[in-house]
Amino acid sequence: MTWPWLLAGGILVLALIGLYLSSTAGRLDRLHRRIDTSRLSLDSHLLRRSSVALEVAASGVLDPASSLLVVDAAHAARTAVDGPAQERAMTESVLTAALGAALADPADVLQARTSPVGDVLMDELAAACIRVELSRRFHNDAVRACRQLRRQRSVRWFRLAGHTPLPSTWEMDDTLPSGLRTGQGLA
Amino acid sequence: MRIGLVCPYAWDVPGGVRSHVSDLALTLQERGHQVSVLAPAEDPGDLPAWVVDGGRPVSVPYNGSVAKVTFGLKTTRRVRTWIRDGEFDVLHVHEPVAPGLSLIALWAADGPLVGTWHSSTARSRILSAGYYVAQTAMEKLSGRIAVSEDARRTLVAHVGGDAVLIPNGVRVADYAPCGRLPGVDPDRPSLLFLGRIDEPRKGLDVLAGALASITAAVPDLQVIIAGPGDAQERLDRMDPSIRGHVTFLGRLSDQDKVRALRSVDLYVAPHTGGESFGIVLIEAMAAGTPVLASDLPAFRRVLLDGAAGGMFANEDAADLSREAISLLTDPAERARLASAGTERVQAFDWASVVEDVLAVYEAVTVTGEPVTEDLRGQIVGRLAGR
Repeated sequence: MTWPWLLAGGILVLALIGLYLSSTAGRLDRLHRRIDTSRLSLDSHLLRRSSVALEVAASGVLDPASSLLVVDAAHAARTAVDGPAQERAMTESVLTAALGAALADPADVLQARTSPVGDVLMDELAAACIRVELSRRFHNDAVRACRQLRRQRSVRWFRLAGHTPLPSTWEMDDTLPSGLRTGQGLA
Repeated sequence: MRIGLVCPYAWDVPGGVRSHVSDLALTLQERGHQVSVLAPAEDPGDLPAWVVDGGRPVSVPYNGSVAKVTFGLKTTRRVRTWIRDGEFDVLHVHEPVAPGLSLIALWAADGPLVGTWHSSTARSRILSAGYYVAQTAMEKLSGRIAVSEDARRTLVAHVGGDAVLIPNGVRVADYAPCGRLPGVDPDRPSLLFLGRIDEPRKGLDVLAGALASITAAVPDLQVIIAGPGDAQERLDRMDPSIRGHVTFLGRLSDQDKVRALRSVDLYVAPHTGGESFGIVLIEAMAAGTPVLASDLPAFRRVLLDGAAGGMFANEDAADLSREAISLLTDPAERARLASAGTERVQAFDWASVVEDVLAVYEAVTVTGEPVTEDLRGQIVGRLAGR
């Protein structure tokens, strides 16, 4: 009498474990896809930021020294796109610093905004910087959630993550240049 | 952009989350985006064309009060149909941990999902009880927003991770002139209190304590008290000398609230706590009414430490009466505060707040993948999807 019951109980337990593992694998898969998307988004917003920065520098709305600084940093950031992630993050931080130095003073930004081109470019640059900040936060959020899940014993023992490399957060300085800060909303 | 918004609370019941969703939807539409809102509705016939009925709301105790939400298999089916037919570029759920439409929508959808946290709670029951369920749904959110620092802290403590702070907005244009409220005498100086009469944190007791000295200095003052609660009981407890000055209006409609604000000389916000944002002040400033408020941190922030409105020491009736008298007897200062308020309120106008929301949408929709139905591994989903 006991054997069939034990067998049934065993099957039930195995089925429950299987269900748990499959749903955890599903969660993990979804997080990996979310990270792919957020990384793509971060990439494209970084590219956008460096191209707007180049345009700002080329437009002549900044003084020549600032323009040169920004051109140099933006160019370095664009050429580092295909390099290792860490190096790229570093060049992007340098671009943040260059923009921060060039647009530190709200008065300079106001001066740049006096021409119609400058006004549009300043808006575009502020928008691009804010989007970099947002997509980096969202990306790191996804990475943290994923790493937390991948630390679980069930994930490690059953190799639920497959061969997907452990994602890492994107660390860089993305502070909005103080001159572009309006105190309204995210800017 | 095609945007789907989910409001978990009944559309027919006034509330903070509901008006947030409605204002956001209207502002997005003015920007030329296509918006569809899914919300529970008592009376589906009354809904505007852009609101889709998510099911009949039922009252459930949640988060210390009673919430009108909807759930069940039938609702799940509606959510899935709405997601399938909507072909949204981004799906934005509000109060994702509230039991109801938002959580169901998170389960049923896949793709660019954004969530906004509204309330702040010391402990979230749903996350401690249904941790696995909620956590799994939260993991789907590509972008997370909190409307206040307190709401953000709640999210960080219970769900982990981070959120972008985008405050509530006010549709400043809705507070444009719309006539005076009958019942407020235009020839007498007047001050207004808004809020539940019997909720101690709204601070009516502080105001009542100050009225004797205010009316002594401004003898023909009319005190308008608008908000739900037992007016007769409150009146009986008041000092006999001030009873003649007080008019109770009961609960006001949104439009009458604007009218009341525009009819009075001063809006007094004697709140003693529980305010994390101060939307009441912003509404008054949008209506062009000078404000006198207690010095809660949220109020100080909105009023720029007194530059955009008067302030008095919290729960200090003597200080309140001093400040109120000086404002009621100084029309020039009131006019100055009103115009400072009008300027200050632009920062909270939905027209500018929506920029930040759109920035979040853009950050999560770069790949151009639309929102799709999520059927993987979900038995309930499959059953309900038929």
